[in-house]
Amino acid sequence: MSDPSTASIVSTPPAHMPTEAGSGAPVDAGLPESAQKEQKPRSLLGDAWQDLRRKPLFWISAAFIVLFVVMAAVPFVFTSGDAVNGDLARSRVEPSSSAWFGYDVQGRDVFARTIYGARASIVVALLSTILTLLIGGAMGIIAGYRGGWVDALLSRIADIFFGLPFVLGSIVILTTFNGSGTDNGEWTIMGLVILSLTVLTWPVVMRLMRSSVLATKEADYIIAARAMGASTGRIILKHLLPNCLAPLLVYGTIMVGSFIGAEATLSFLGIGLKTPVVSWGIMISEAQNYIRVSPFLLFFPAAFLVTAVLSFVMLGEAVREALDPKLR
Amino acid sequence: MTENIIEVRDLVKHYPVTRGVVFKKTIGHVKAVDGVSFDLKAGETLGVVGESGCGKSTLARVLMNLEKPTAGQVLYKGQDISKLSGGALRRLRRQIQLVMQDPYTSLNPRMTVGDLIGEPFEIHPEAAPRGSRRGKVKELLDLVGLNPEHINRYPHQFSGGQRQRIGIARALALRPEVIVCDEPVSALDVSIQAQVMNLLEKLQAEFGLSYVFIAHDLSVVRHLSDRVAVMYLGKMVEVGTEDEIYERPTHPYTQALLSAVPVPDPTLRDNKAIIRLTGDVPSPVSPPSGCRFRTRCWKAQEVCAQEVPLLQIRRGSDHPSACHFAERREIVPTHEAA
Amino acid sequence: MSEQSVPGADGSGRPAGRLLEVDDLRVEFRTRDGVAKVINGVTYHVNAGETLAVLGESGSGKSVTAQTIMGILDTPPGFVTGGQVRFHGKDMLKMSAEQRRRIRGEGIAMIFQDSLSALNPVFTVGFQIAEQFRIRRGMSRADAKKRSIEMLDQVKIPNAKGRYSNYPHQFSGGMRQRAMIAMSLALDPEVLIADEPTTALDVTVQAQIMDLLGELQRERRMGMILITHDLGVVADVADRIAVMYAGRIVEEADVYELYAKPAHPYTLGLLNSIPRMDEKGQELRTIKGLPPNLMNIPPGCPFNPRCPMAQPVCREKVPPLLQIGSGRASACHFAEELVSRD
Repeated sequence: MSDPSTASIVSTPPAHMPTEAGSGAPVDAGLPESAQKEQKPRSLLGDAWQDLRRKPLFWISAAFIVLFVVMAAVPFVFTSGDAVNGDLARSRVEPSSSAWFGYDVQGRDVFARTIYGARASIVVALLSTILTLLIGGAMGIIAGYRGGWVDALLSRIADIFFGLPFVLGSIVILTTFNGSGTDNGEWTIMGLVILSLTVLTWPVVMRLMRSSVLATKEADYIIAARAMGASTGRIILKHLLPNCLAPLLVYGTIMVGSFIGAEATLSFLGIGLKTPVVSWGIMISEAQNYIRVSPFLLFFPAAFLVTAVLSFVMLGEAVREALDPKLR
Repeated sequence: MTENIIEVRDLVKHYPVTRGVVFKKTIGHVKAVDGVSFDLKAGETLGVVGESGCGKSTLARVLMNLEKPTAGQVLYKGQDISKLSGGALRRLRRQIQLVMQDPYTSLNPRMTVGDLIGEPFEIHPEAAPRGSRRGKVKELLDLVGLNPEHINRYPHQFSGGQRQRIGIARALALRPEVIVCDEPVSALDVSIQAQVMNLLEKLQAEFGLSYVFIAHDLSVVRHLSDRVAVMYLGKMVEVGTEDEIYERPTHPYTQALLSAVPVPDPTLRDNKAIIRLTGDVPSPVSPPSGCRFRTRCWKAQEVCAQEVPLLQIRRGSDHPSACHFAERREIVPTHEAA
Repeated sequence: MSEQSVPGADGSGRPAGRLLEVDDLRVEFRTRDGVAKVINGVTYHVNAGETLAVLGESGSGKSVTAQTIMGILDTPPGFVTGGQVRFHGKDMLKMSAEQRRRIRGEGIAMIFQDSLSALNPVFTVGFQIAEQFRIRRGMSRADAKKRSIEMLDQVKIPNAKGRYSNYPHQFSGGMRQRAMIAMSLALDPEVLIADEPTTALDVTVQAQIMDLLGELQRERRMGMILITHDLGVVADVADRIAVMYAGRIVEEADVYELYAKPAHPYTLGLLNSIPRMDEKGQELRTIKGLPPNLMNIPPGCPFNPRCPMAQPVCREKVPPLLQIGSGRASACHFAEELVSRD
């Protein structure tokens, strides 16, 4: 046994001293319950939550994220403006008290469009993240837990996808299925964007999961469960997954942020979402020709985009710190 | 005559040493366990001692059927356990349980104590009806000296000794016949170690358990064991009752091992005959020919390099010893007639 | 704090002759969950050529004391809140970082339990020893190498010349511990602090290392502080023993006296609870309960909740470490009774 490092002191439970000297008393027949009020059972996630609650960074980013999600769900609460139809007579009218963000080239209300634009961005980013985590996570568990040739095969497949440059890969996919001339509906395009984001990023999640599984697989408690006769399903669901989830959670949060940015990039390049869909990327794309004369057209969607991306990245950072016991 | 619960016959476990990532090439074998035989009788404690790398932990894994033996057999009541599968294997798992060394890593940190001790019942639902499980878990907690009220706590809220008690409760849940204890007290502090050892003894008396008690601490092993097997580099070099091994050791390695154990009595400082071994344990990938201990043995002769000494009763000794020149020698200092 | 520590128990009472003294040292760890009082007034000393064993279980503060002496305490979370560490009579805690650095290695050196993590894996063992000679002694590359090989030879590493250019992972556990001893003794320190030097090793190797340490200590007339939890090792090598519990010294005595007649119930409990190889023995007499939580040390004597002799006074008054008889001290209200009973 070694001596206390900080960690061992922190994790030492409060004393359970027998108050009466009775030799037969259970070792930890403890203090009266009232003295143990901080002893409520707390899981590791509970500990992380305690940690998160004290971080202003967490509250700020969470507040923004909630705001954006509400915006995506019920945009009409925020604005009564029309995001799709415009009046050319108002083309590029500067922001004013009646139209806070001004009007774009086609005379559409920029404020309304920015609010409505949140939906496409958030939906695409969230769905792609979930899909990526599911596919990458599942592949990672299979590769890590089975090992051997299964691992070798899956890892090589992942390497191939990993080798494709992200922008190039999505340009190829989207110009093939969503090139100029195709007439896909709003949801089809969204599906295609989600698909291309997922296909090109799952290997990252898989690698993360695989290494996490490899490290956990040899843990004593997994061996103990095997010795007890636990089935493979039980070992994966009860023992492996809960202990491998933390890095995935962190990465997933950060990934939502980067997917919002990626969606905007693809829209900007003209291969992602297209009008009449409203999204921040499309707005930025449309604004590029008027940067000098009407910079506000670029400023508002870009500000929202950056705030959303930053919020998710900061949330991920806060969660990572909370989940990492070494940083405490 | 008491029956043998476990019989181990010529057990061999080699791990391949490979090189290369895609095209693996075997370049040798780690001979972790290399021909080990012993019996475990009902209700007894067999201590297995040896230094790191002697194969005692591999032995535990093979006994638990976590690894398939390279050769040889482990018979549980006459059945070869490595040949079992499906239902028969599940029934066997109920009978042989494991207590591990490190109480900090052997409990899943995401599960409550109730889930941890209840897990054996979920894996083997026939052992206890669903409704009675929580009550059983509380009983078990009480049995190992923990407060049953703490059923909803997580492992990190307990100290090392308490966690080891949780591990023992888990092992006990299915009322097994055999518990394999792999260094169960070596990670614990002196005062806590004694509590856990007493608990193990109490449980053995109460449930008629058989223990295979693997440890490197010779004092702990003597305290708990009825019989003791000494391992060196994958082989058993001497087997006997606790008295035979500690009072009348005949193998030079056993003698050296015993003489090196510090005795907590400063008055014995100067009149202890200490055999100092030189050098380190050779690599289990390429062990020495003949007797594996010969490279560090002061008695080694020509024959030791050529002939593997069998583990058998030899002249001048009353228990099996794997040395060509087995000879009684008193090592353990006699304490003022305790 | 009503606690009054008595400096030294050897009766000499003259701190001037002492090589290294820890005087009423107090250290606390400030963590997210609260303040842990890890060391609560520790006083001990070591003289040239003497081995002081600091005995204690995990959490007793024995290693933190050593880290404070060496000036390698992690701050935060660890903070020294009181006391002195005097080396040749000068308080090291008041010295500049530069002055302390000069003492480290040449004045006081330390060896650790885990030799694998204490040696840098990307440099050869020889290089790590030679580096000290080059930086601290200003030796040339060739001289430093020669001296390093001598050092490896002194700690009985076979084929020292060949081993000079090996990396730590190419050494066995015992060899690595020897290399670490060579490294810490390179600058000829006056005091060596050995923190659980053999805990990670097998018994036969442990015996070799303890022999080596004893031999080197006698040759160099070093003071040695041996930090350990192993009552067996202590009985073999120590001159004096300080027993620690919950950040305090609870008993200090000559090794023979301590084993023959412990003057603190904790020491007695420890001696009773170890299984002995030289007797089969019945049920072990254990110390009940657990060591206290350092964030919430019980009032009075910290051992009172586990003590079979505890009286009401033990829950109210912290017993000071007082001299009883010649050359020994105990922090128990009933020390005299404990020693005088059979």
